[in-house]
Amino acid sequence: MGEEREVLGKIIQILKPMVPEDTEITPETDLATDLSIDSLKSMEILAQIEDTFDISIPINVLAEVRTVEDLATQIKKLI
Amino acid sequence: MNIFDKFDKLVQAGQKLEQEFGAFFQVVMDEILSSTEAVINGKKVILAGTNNYLGLSMDPECIEAACQATRQNGTGTTGSRMANGTFSGHVQLEEALSNFLGCSNTIVFTTGYGANLAVLSSLAGPGDIALLDADCHASIYDGCRMGGAEMFRFKHNNMEDLEKRLSRLQKRKTNILIIIEGLYSMLGDRACIREIVELKEKYGAYLLVDEAHSLGVLGENGRGLAEEAGVSDKVDFITGTFSKSLGATGGFCSSNHQQLEILRYASRPYIFTASPSPSNIASARKALEIIATRPELRTRLWQNTNALYDRLSSLKLNLGPEPTPIIPVRFTDPHEALRVWKGLLAKGVYVNMVLPPATPDGSAFLRCSMSASHTPEQVSTIGDAFEALTSE
Repeated sequence: MGEEREVLGKIIQILKPMVPEDTEITPETDLATDLSIDSLKSMEILAQIEDTFDISIPINVLAEVRTVEDLATQIKKLI
Repeated sequence: MNIFDKFDKLVQAGQKLEQEFGAFFQVVMDEILSSTEAVINGKKVILAGTNNYLGLSMDPECIEAACQATRQNGTGTTGSRMANGTFSGHVQLEEALSNFLGCSNTIVFTTGYGANLAVLSSLAGPGDIALLDADCHASIYDGCRMGGAEMFRFKHNNMEDLEKRLSRLQKRKTNILIIIEGLYSMLGDRACIREIVELKEKYGAYLLVDEAHSLGVLGENGRGLAEEAGVSDKVDFITGTFSKSLGATGGFCSSNHQQLEILRYASRPYIFTASPSPSNIASARKALEIIATRPELRTRLWQNTNALYDRLSSLKLNLGPEPTPIIPVRFTDPHEALRVWKGLLAKGVYVNMVLPPATPDGSAFLRCSMSASHTPEQVSTIGDAFEALTSE
């Protein structure tokens, strides 16, 4: 549980500078509709996550990712 | 709930697009007058957005070859290559492509999209890694998805990013297939192929180059980017289409890996599709002969390309990074792109409009593509029209 929270926290830290300052990011936040993350931004975000955790994220898994929590779940599987 | 409900969001987006940009999506070519002119809405226009780089779709020799093949072998093959659909023309075109590209083996497919789908869905399977440039065509993404390989993107033409990924992924000790394009269809820029070849060699990966837009356009003999960069012998697989420089419909994969032949038994999009029609095969073969024997076409194509790129640059328009026959004019506001696109059509110039999310950076493009068949006067008319509409 602690590890999951840590992953979630790091992802939120990476997302924050990519969205308007007053945007609240929770595990339930929808990456596309709530944060308007386009394909260019998403590449940048994924690259930062990969560097942070020293992993490679296959884009195949992104089809299952809608929320911040979904993303954290997939990252946890790759660590 | 009905079966179409899942498209609700897409329907809304489509309606919005139709309302705002319908003029573009409703274009019908009423009559094709030549490879660079057509009639649209009763008006004669210059075609400057058709990827007909050498103008061969209307070449008399190609048309005659297509007509002869139709009279001799019919309008279609009515079967897949595995069954009754292998005609002598298919085999001859495969040999011609192998000879032209200096490869041992070639397989032809019914479309360019189908070529990438067929090759990648069988070549990059479960357990393999497909590492593709982010700006690769949808057919490449779809082929990799269908095959079940793990897919990773690297930032467009960013060698630092590619190497970082290769360095991480090499630990998996599995096959890595790097996939790039000779000329990228959106920005019209070349892949950094020499650097990519160096990295491919360093990390023991395979390399597939989609020369869809570069065949007939780049290289001393028109063989594409790999020839131009002098790295043909380092490329494992070349895919391409007949629907650009060759002026027909179809696709191919060529390789010096003789095991390519196994795809004829392994690739479902190859097995379960009717083979290319006799007319397409015959005109593609004639077009390949023309590419090999009429280098002056490439010279004219590049003269036209440089003339339009220079003219549009002088207007301070935001263009693609380098002059190639794909010249995107970039607009931050899609509605401004639409205004200019409509104005160009009214002035008798047709170009493609590319809207987000299809564009790599969220901007909108008016994508011009040049042809060897454009006359200097037509190139001037295109430039004049852009000038009148963008300096208002």
